[in-house]
Amino acid sequence: MSVYEYIVRTKDLSKFYTLGGTEVRALDDVALDIRRGEYVSIMGPSGSGKSTLFNMIGGLDKPTKGTVFIDEVDMAQLTASELAFLRCRKIGYIFQTFNLIPVMTALENVTLPMVFAGLTTDDALDKGMQLLKTVGLGERYDHKPTELSGGQQQRVAIARAFANDPAIILADEPTGNLDLRTGKEIITLLKQMNEEKKVTVISATHDLKMIDVSDRVVWIRDGKIERIEDRKDIDLQVGQMEYEEE
Amino acid sequence: MGSVLEDVAGKRGIEKQIVLPWSKALQMTRENIFVRLGRSAITASGIFLGIAFLAAVLFSAAGQRVAAAVIERDFGQAQNPEEFQARIIWLAAMSLVVATVGIVNSMLMSVTERYKEIGTMKCLGALDTFIVRLFLLEAGLLGILGSALGAFVGAGITMLFFVGRVDGWGGILETWATTAVEIGGTGIPLWLCIIFGVMLGGILSVLASLYPAWRAAKMPPAAALRSEF
Ligand SMILES: Nc1ncnc2c1ncn2[C@@H]1O[C@H](COP(=O)(O)OP(=O)(O)OP(=O)(O)O)[C@@H](O)[C@H]1O
Ligand SMILES: [Mg+2]
Repeated sequence: MSVYEYIVRTKDLSKFYTLGGTEVRALDDVALDIRRGEYVSIMGPSGSGKSTLFNMIGGLDKPTKGTVFIDEVDMAQLTASELAFLRCRKIGYIFQTFNLIPVMTALENVTLPMVFAGLTTDDALDKGMQLLKTVGLGERYDHKPTELSGGQQQRVAIARAFANDPAIILADEPTGNLDLRTGKEIITLLKQMNEEKKVTVISATHDLKMIDVSDRVVWIRDGKIERIEDRKDIDLQVGQMEYEEE
Repeated sequence: MGSVLEDVAGKRGIEKQIVLPWSKALQMTRENIFVRLGRSAITASGIFLGIAFLAAVLFSAAGQRVAAAVIERDFGQAQNPEEFQARIIWLAAMSLVVATVGIVNSMLMSVTERYKEIGTMKCLGALDTFIVRLFLLEAGLLGILGSALGAFVGAGITMLFFVGRVDGWGGILETWATTAVEIGGTGIPLWLCIIFGVMLGGILSVLASLYPAWRAAKMPPAAALRSEF
């Protein structure tokens, strides 16, 4: 069994968009190594390239140049079905806008990745209920997304992200559409899952509350890594960061 | 915990690691159709109208024959319904072309509205073929439902027109059983034409959705997720 220290590594990772003749460097030579089990926040102002990085690490878009390695495997070398397997079983995605399937109930949303993974209906339903209980929504399994609050929808989305026991949770502004208190609850839930399930959490965010639970904070600006801060340095600097974020 | 990708790399070549059973696909399609009933009705309306028109036209052709026979029997005047039939087949074909264009259009719209959902499904592991399969299933079901309803309504309304001219409901029954279209000397009974019409509606609907479904499935997830509706 091979276990690498770094679960995600990016090398020279770049994504350029051409808009009306001008080139936008959404990501520019990003080198980032993320350890197994780490909770990493990617912080930066709007338009700095957080979502672009999220898409590249998650295999949702192709880089202009550079490489993303997941456990030392170059993601660009994967076939379409291997990539689907990776997305289904190994990565759980969480979005700012929750992205639940609107015609499906909470339970159906949570079990869909398990169906794709080939679980039997009974196993999927059992596990789905268990996950919904873990996120505190055991009673609401039969509700459609429109019948749930934003915070509840995000809980369902978190349960869905954990459906196939992924190694990586990728989140893009998971608290962006939530109020302060609900956002805090979601962050606590993510941290709890990170500790209990030893899952690596990578979260793009604006939310300074996220810093408290992060092992490392990666600051990006204009598509480049500005600096990376470790847990032990963070506590000293919170005041300064809040100032910079203004 | 083992390597994230050892399962992937270790099983290279083994297909079907990611699955969407037909029963689940059907259930999802049913939910898609009935939860968005209004949207589905709009999508199906093109094929509904096309097949309703086809059924009306075919029933008129049969009705004309029976009515002509009634007139000949009662008044001794010979009638010539064949000319009418030639024109009417052309009309029916045109109506189907129009209906197909309508479906392409409404399927494109209903696919575009669901880009974000498609992107999400891909994040959950759906293969491109799952997306295509779901949309084709939906189109086929909508096509058959819409056509069946269209055939029923089209033939039904035309029946009301002919009741007076073909000896009442007895004549209608005879009309229903009689030949609607003659091709190369052999006649096709009306009921068979209607069944063909319903199948044709389903098939046209699936064909019309091939392009929209394929286009949606091919989109990179990031692009699909970015679209807002
Ligand atoms: N599909 C695209 N086409 C063209 N330009 C794009 C596209 N996606 C992103 N960009 C550009 O790339 C840059 C980075 O965008 P990105 O969405 O990654 O920022 P972000 O850090 O997530 O911002 P926010 O906090 O507002 O979500 C921006 O300048 C944006 O305009
Ligand atoms: Mg963003």
